[in-house]
This record gives sequence, structure tokens and C-alpha cells, in this order.
Amino acid sequence: MTSADHESTVRDRREEAVAAFEENRGILGRIQHTLHVTPALVPLIVLTAAIIGFTWYLGARFPEQLPLIMQQVQIVGVLAAAQSLIILTAGIDLSVGAIAVFSSVVIGQVTFRYGLPPTVGIMAGLAVGSAIGAISGWLVSRVKLPPFIVTLGMWQIVLATNYLYSRNETIRSRAIQDEAPMLQWLGAKPNEQLVNWIEASRGIEWERRRPAETDSAVLDFLWATNITYGVLVMIALVAILAYALRSTAWGRHVYAVGDDPEAAELAGVNVKRTLMSVYILAGAICAIAGWIMIGRFGSVSPSASTGVVGNIQSITAVVIGGISLFGGRGSIWGAFFGALIVGVFELGLRMAGANAQWTYLLIGMLIIGAVAVDQWIRKVSA
Amino acid sequence: MTEPILSATGLTKRYGKVVALDRCEFELYPGEVLAVIGDNGAGKSTLIKALSGAVQPDAGKIRLEGRDVRFSSPNDAREHGIETVYQTLAMSPALSIADNMFMGRELRKPGWRGKWFRRLDKGRMREFSRAKLSELGLMTIQNIDQPVETLSGGQRQGVAVARAAAFGSKVIILDEPTAALGVKESRRVLDLIQDVRSRGIPIILISHNMPHVFEVADRIHIHRLGKRLTVIDPKDYTMSDAVAFMTGAKEPEAA
Repeated sequence: MTSADHESTVRDRREEAVAAFEENRGILGRIQHTLHVTPALVPLIVLTAAIIGFTWYLGARFPEQLPLIMQQVQIVGVLAAAQSLIILTAGIDLSVGAIAVFSSVVIGQVTFRYGLPPTVGIMAGLAVGSAIGAISGWLVSRVKLPPFIVTLGMWQIVLATNYLYSRNETIRSRAIQDEAPMLQWLGAKPNEQLVNWIEASRGIEWERRRPAETDSAVLDFLWATNITYGVLVMIALVAILAYALRSTAWGRHVYAVGDDPEAAELAGVNVKRTLMSVYILAGAICAIAGWIMIGRFGSVSPSASTGVVGNIQSITAVVIGGISLFGGRGSIWGAFFGALIVGVFELGLRMAGANAQWTYLLIGMLIIGAVAVDQWIRKVSA
Repeated sequence: MTEPILSATGLTKRYGKVVALDRCEFELYPGEVLAVIGDNGAGKSTLIKALSGAVQPDAGKIRLEGRDVRFSSPNDAREHGIETVYQTLAMSPALSIADNMFMGRELRKPGWRGKWFRRLDKGRMREFSRAKLSELGLMTIQNIDQPVETLSGGQRQGVAVARAAAFGSKVIILDEPTAALGVKESRRVLDLIQDVRSRGIPIILISHNMPHVFEVADRIHIHRLGKRLTVIDPKDYTMSDAVAFMTGAKEPEAA
């Protein structure tokens, strides 16, 4: 065959539609495709529907409580961010809550028992969280143990270490407020600080608590937004991680490793290093959640419930958020929306006067529904 | 005669008592398609792994463009300009075509966004991927951002070959590229092989499919019992001759 011959046959064949994509997929097919491309859409729709539903039933007093919901989900939201990273690599982390509690204890003890500056305490907490993540990451990536087993063991080990190290002592809120207020900084409210500062600059000083109503509607609104630095940290963290996962090589590698580690390795991705980085980062994020816990609760307690329920709550948020437990699929915004959905249901049903068990019943249904949707979306590949 | 671009002499690899490669010889000349055939267990995949860096031979030399080289990993071989398309294709199904094309060698945006925020240059990667795919006549793929899992088997193979052709400056190794494909899709891959050859990049083709081998190969390396039995010209022999050599039913005349 001469090369000119070959050229022309190839050109002919290029004209053939070998695999044209069917344009008329039908409405269902198009929905499936959209969800496949934007996995955070389902939880966003559920969240919006839930907010609209509760507002319709409860009236304007429900949306007024949205900032409170943000405050209630900030710890779980940050833990869910860490959990998302691990689950994207097709792993699971049962130790996130334990790492958060232990980190908060380390932050408190380094400051109070050893009398070091609060900055050093926070640094020590972050270092401990990262180190625990590094151990898990090493066991998963080098020793090749299943993440479920590694983190199940780590959960017990970290929680036990937490009690032994802290001697089961709680550091009281009052003591922190007097000696190391920086530890509670994430619980402070920037909106109140701003309003107080504006009023102070106008020469208005309020005695004790400032009343919710003043003569300025703008300042009233600002006062009512009622957010904490912890909430801002949660949102910033999710935004930064979303950027890193979508727009950097590291993020693409995280998805590739979760999708098919062997293919990623052959394509030139350093799978072990990627896994290590994910586990270390997740540990550090859990430590941030530990710092947020001090802001939220005021005190440092080794027996905070987060150590036990934080793991399951974060996995719930991630699953409802549409991140696939098989790895490689989903978006971290989904996990954030997932955490908010849980918060909206909890508060909404409580305000409606329903039995708290209804919340768990609904969340259980959402979990199963979310995984069913995930399976349906994944059928695109079949 | 011209110098071989990639050659091996005395290549030996043992796994315990099993000798997978027994002082094997190998030559690939510029611009040719060299098929490597052999029965199962003849050691051809070990040979290919040694050439692509996935296996380190116990003895013997590999020469690339006349210089001795040693590959410690597939990445190492890749840096020398040898790209391999694995049978499994090594692609992440949930990621886009452009993501897969640049997996492990992503481009960053120039300036501060790339330097400080490590931002990927998605525009440039898309454009490059599109250009490479259309060069190989794969423009039936409409959207460069669609996940690889939405492509047909032949299209996936096409993307994998395009990735190899885009970065494999010296040699491309194709491992059973038509094994999982239908008749029509196999045709396209064979066209693709000839396209790549016409652009001057030599190809090593491992295949069990005799008609495909005889259609595209310039020379056929027949592997038997861990070494090269002979190299034949497909124009001088029939397919049954080749099978006979492979299975030992026939011995080549001493050259």
C-alpha cells in the first residue's frame, strides 16, 4: 500500500461516524449526564428544597436561624472536608473525630500544663494531628493495610491516648477566657466585633450585652448575621480544597488515585506520595476542627462526644454530599452541603416540635437515597 | 544499513529458577513497525517490560540511539522518550480526556498563578489534546472534557495512543492494542498505527492477532523460549509459517 493510498483511506474513514454520541438522550438521560458532570448538584437541590420546605412550614423564623445552623455544623463540616479527601482516594477515615478531640486536648494542655504561649499550643495541636495522619498514611500507602482497618485501630489508639495524656481533666471555659483567649478565637463573632467597633468609633458604648435593636437597620442586620470565625474558617477551607482538587495537579492526582491506583501509577502519578499527602492533610484539618471545638464549646474536654460520633457524622455528610465511597468521584462542596442538610433537618424538625427520632429516620433515608443516586450516575460508564 | 534506534543484547531475566529471558537480542529500526509475537509464556511480555522500564534485567544491555541506558522505572523510560500503551490503557475513567492526556505531567499556568497557586493551564492542555487527537483523525470525539468512561473501547485506545504519540518522541510500545476491540474499532487502531509510523515514530507492536500483525508490521520478531528465534519479513512468509515458528513446529533456516 502506498502512502498516498493510505492517506486517502484514512481520510475517508475519518468521515465515518465511528461513535457519534446520541444527541436525543431523553430528559432522564440528560439529567443523568448533568449530575455526572456536577456531582454537588443533588445535595444542593436537597438542601435548597429542605430550606424552602421548612420556611414554608415554620415561617420567617426558620431562615433567621441559618447562621445558627452554620455554627452547629462547623465541626462536622470541617471533619467532613478531611473525610472527603480520604474517601476520594477510595479510603475511609474512622479516626477523624478522635484526632480532633486529641488535638484540642493537646492545644489546651500545652498551653495550660506547660505554660507555653497559645500560639505554640495551636502549632502543637496541628503537628500532632498531621503526625497521626502521617502514621495512618504510611500504614495505608507503604504497608498496604486497608484504610478501614488502619483508621479503626487508630480511632481506639488516639482516643485512649487522649484520655491517658489528659488524665481525663477538663480545662474550664473561664480559665481559657482569662489566660489564653486566643484558643477560643474561632468562637468569636466578627460581625459583633465589627458593629461594636463602628458604634465605638461613633462614640456609642453599650453597657454589658449590646441589645439587638439599635437605631440603624444595617447594624441590626450585621448583628443578626451571627457568624463565628470558625464558620468562616470552614467555608474558606472548603473553598481552598475545592480549588486545589479542581485546578492543581495534586487534586487531579487525588482523583486518579481514587479512581484506579494502578492506572495512575502507570500514567506517571506517584501514588504513595499522593496518599501520604492526603492523610497528612486530613490529619491537619482534623486538628483545625479541634481548635474550632474549643471556640464552640469554650472548654477543652477529652470526653467530647465528637470523638465518638464525629466519625459517623462526617461520613454521613460526605455520603449525602454525593461523594462516591468507591473513590474518584464527587466534589467537596457536596460534602459541605451534606453537612448543612443534616443541620437543617436537625434544627428544622426540632423547631417544628417533632420527635428527634424523625431526624435520624430522615437522615438514614437520605444516606441510602444518596448512594442509590451515585450508583445510577455511575451507570453512565457502563 | 541504518543503526537501530533501540536495541538489546544478551538480555537475561530470571524469576527464581524460571528463565524468562535467555540472552535475548532485539533491534528496532527508525520508522518501522516491529511486531513481537510469541506463544504464551515465551517471555515476550518480560522483554517488553524490560524495554519500557517496568522490569530490570539481570544481565544484558539496552541501547537507545547508540547509547547505553538503564531504566529504573516506567517513568525513567518515559523521560528517555519511550512511551508504552498498556493493555489496560492506564487511564482514569472518571477524569476527562485532557486530564488523562496530561496525567503525571500537567502544565501549569505561567506567571504567579502557576507559581504561587500551582494553577493548571487547562486551556493549553485542552488545546494540545484536541490538536493531538485531530492529528490522528480522532475528532469524532466532540468534547475534550468528557470523562474517558463515556468513550467507546476504540476511542479510549485512540486517546491512549494519542497520548503516547504526543509525548513518545522516540519509540512507542503498543501492548495488545486490538485485543479488546470489535472489527471496526480494530481497523481504526490499525490506521492509527500507520498514521503514527508515517510521522516517523517507530512502533513495537505486541499482538496475538496474526492478520493484524501481517497487515501493519514491517518486520516480525518471533519470540520462543525466552529468546529471539528469528525475525521475518511478512512478505516472505505466510501466517501459518509464523505460527509454526512460534510453536516450534518449524525451524527457521540458518541465516
